[in-house]
Amino acid sequence: MTNAPVTGAEARTIAGPGKPAMSPARLAGIALAVAVALGLPFVVSDFHSFQLTQAIIYAIALLGLNMLTGYNGQISLGHGAFYAIGAYTAAILIDKAGVPYYATLPVAGILCFVVGFLFGLPALRLEGLYLALATLALALVVPQLLRFRPLEGLTDGVQGISLDKPEAPFGLPLTPDQWLYFFALLVAAIMFWAGHNMLKGRIGRAMIAIRDHHISAETMGINTALVKSTTFGVSALYTGVAGALSAVVVAFVAPDSFELFLSISLLVGMVIGGLASVSGAIYGGLFVQFVPNVAEEISKAAPWAIYGVILILFMYFMPAGIAGFVRQVQGRLRTAPTRSSADG
Amino acid sequence: MELFVQQVLAGLAVGGIYASLALALVMIYQATELVNFAQGEMAMFSTYIAWQLVQSGIPFWAAFFLTIIISFAGGILIERLIIRPARNAPVLAIVIIFIGLLVILNSLAGWIWTYTNQIFPSPFPDRPYLGVNIQELGAIGVTLVVLLLVFAFFRYTTLGLAMRAAAQNPTSSRLVGIRVGWMLALGWGLAAAIGAVAGIMVAPKLQLDPNIMGSVLLYAFAGALVGGISSPGGAVLGGFAVGVIENLVGTYVPVVGSQLKLAVALVLIIGVLTVRPAGIFGRSVVHRV
Repeated sequence: MTNAPVTGAEARTIAGPGKPAMSPARLAGIALAVAVALGLPFVVSDFHSFQLTQAIIYAIALLGLNMLTGYNGQISLGHGAFYAIGAYTAAILIDKAGVPYYATLPVAGILCFVVGFLFGLPALRLEGLYLALATLALALVVPQLLRFRPLEGLTDGVQGISLDKPEAPFGLPLTPDQWLYFFALLVAAIMFWAGHNMLKGRIGRAMIAIRDHHISAETMGINTALVKSTTFGVSALYTGVAGALSAVVVAFVAPDSFELFLSISLLVGMVIGGLASVSGAIYGGLFVQFVPNVAEEISKAAPWAIYGVILILFMYFMPAGIAGFVRQVQGRLRTAPTRSSADG
Repeated sequence: MELFVQQVLAGLAVGGIYASLALALVMIYQATELVNFAQGEMAMFSTYIAWQLVQSGIPFWAAFFLTIIISFAGGILIERLIIRPARNAPVLAIVIIFIGLLVILNSLAGWIWTYTNQIFPSPFPDRPYLGVNIQELGAIGVTLVVLLLVFAFFRYTTLGLAMRAAAQNPTSSRLVGIRVGWMLALGWGLAAAIGAVAGIMVAPKLQLDPNIMGSVLLYAFAGALVGGISSPGGAVLGGFAVGVIENLVGTYVPVVGSQLKLAVALVLIIGVLTVRPAGIFGRSVVHRV
C-alpha cells in the first residue's frame, strides 16, 4: 500500500516546478465552475443547499486524507477520529464557552494538527497494514472516549450537544442554510488554494518522493521523519476543520455520527475521487454525500447492497478514480484534434 | 484464582474464533498481500446459512458440514466472479472492492433475515463441568481440530504444497505446471470455510445478527498482525492472545469495564507493534533497493 504508481500528473509535478500556462479552455471551465458554485443555493431548495454544504465539507476532509494517503503513501483508516475531534472542539467551544462559530475553526484545526503530529510520531515505525491497524484503532477509540462517563461533563455523553444554527451576518438576505453554504464554500476555497500550493511546491514534492522511494528521498536530503509526521498533522488539520464546519452546519454532534463508518466513507470517497489529486477530493465529496441517496432511491429494501455494487463497478471501470478517468478523457480530447489535423 | 482460570478459558474460547478468522485472513494475505476486509461478513453470511438449515429441521452437525461445503463453494465463486476481474487494479482500488463486498453481504443478510437478533443453537450444553463451561470447551476443541486439519493439509498433501508454492513464487509455480489462478480461488474457498466454522462457534455466545462479525474481524486482524501476518502459526497464537488479553483487561481493570475493552486491547496491540513492527513471530520484510 505504500508504493502507489505514479500517474501522469504527478510525473509532471516531479519533473519541473515551472508554471504551465493556463489554456483558455481551462480558464473558461474554472469560471463556469465558480459561477455554478455561487449560483446553486439560489436555484435549489434549502435542504439541497444543506446537502451541498455537506459535500463541500467532505471534500475538505478528503483533501486532508489524500495528502496523507494519496501523496505521502501513509494509509489511514481512522480519519473519522480527527473529524470527530474537530467537530467536538467546535461544539464544546460554542456551547460551553460561547465562542463565535467562525472562531472555532482555527482552534479545531490547530488542535487536530497537534494530535495528528503526535500520532504521526509513533506511526513513523509502522507501515502499510500496521499503520492501517493503528489508525483503525484511533477511529474506534475516539467515539468510545466521547461516550466515556468521566468525560460527560465536557462531551454530554451519548446524547451529544445541540447548537443553534447561525444566522446570516450583516443583514444579508440569506436563509441560514444558504449562508452556511457560502461560509463553507469560502473556507473550502481558502483551504484548497493553500493545499494546492503546498502540494505543488517543495513540500508536496518531498511528500511524493517519500511515498515513491523513501530511501532515495532521504539520500536527497529530505528529513523523512519530519515531513511524514508534519503531513500527518496537516492532514489531521484539514479533516479537523471539516469536522468543525460540520458541527456548525448540522448544529448537532453525538458520538454515533463518528463511528468507524465515517472513516470508511472517507477512504471510499478518496479512492473513488482519485488518489493524489486535488480535484479528486471534490468528486469524492459529492460521491460520499449523494451516492448513498441514489442507492436508496433504487432500492429501499437493501440500499447498501446497491451502494456496494456501485463501489465495485466504479473500481472496475475507473481504477484510478474519477479524477484519473477525467484526466484520461482530457488526454484523449487533447490528442484527437492533432490526429485529425495530421490526417487532413 | 478460580475467576482467573474462568476468564482465561473464556478468553481462549473467543480467542479461538479470532484465531480461525486470523488464519483465514493470513491465507489470502500470503497469496495476494491483501487483507480481505469482507472476511468477517462472509463468515456472518455462512452462519446465517447454517441457522437457516438448522431452522428447517436438519440436525446440527449435518447443517455444520453442509454450511462448510456451501461456504467453500461460495468463496471460490466470489474470487472468480468479483475479485479476479480486478486483479491488476491498484491496491487501494481492491480494498474498496472488499469494502463493497462487505456492505453488500451485510445489507443482503439484513434484507433476507432481518436485523433482529436470532438465538443460535449450540451443540454443546451451556452448563459448567468442574467449574468450566462446556460450551466454551467445545468451541475451543472444534477450533483446535480445524486448525490441526488446516495445518495437516498444507504440510502433508500435494495440493497443500502446490498452494503454498503458488503463494510464494507464482512464476516458478506456473513453470512447473501449477494452476496459480485456481490455487488462489481454492485459498478463498478454504478461507471462507474456516470463517464459517468461526461464525458457527461464536454465534451461540453473541446471538446472531448481521453486524455480529464487525468487532470479531477487528480482533482477528489485530491478532494476525500481532502474531505476524506472514506466519500462519503466529497469526493463530496472536488470535488466542488477543482473546485472553481482551477478557482479562475487561475483568481486572475496573475503569475499563466492557465499554472501553476494545479500545484498550487495540492500544496494547499497537504498543507491541511499535516495539516489534513485524509482529512477534513475523519475518520483517527486506526490500531490495
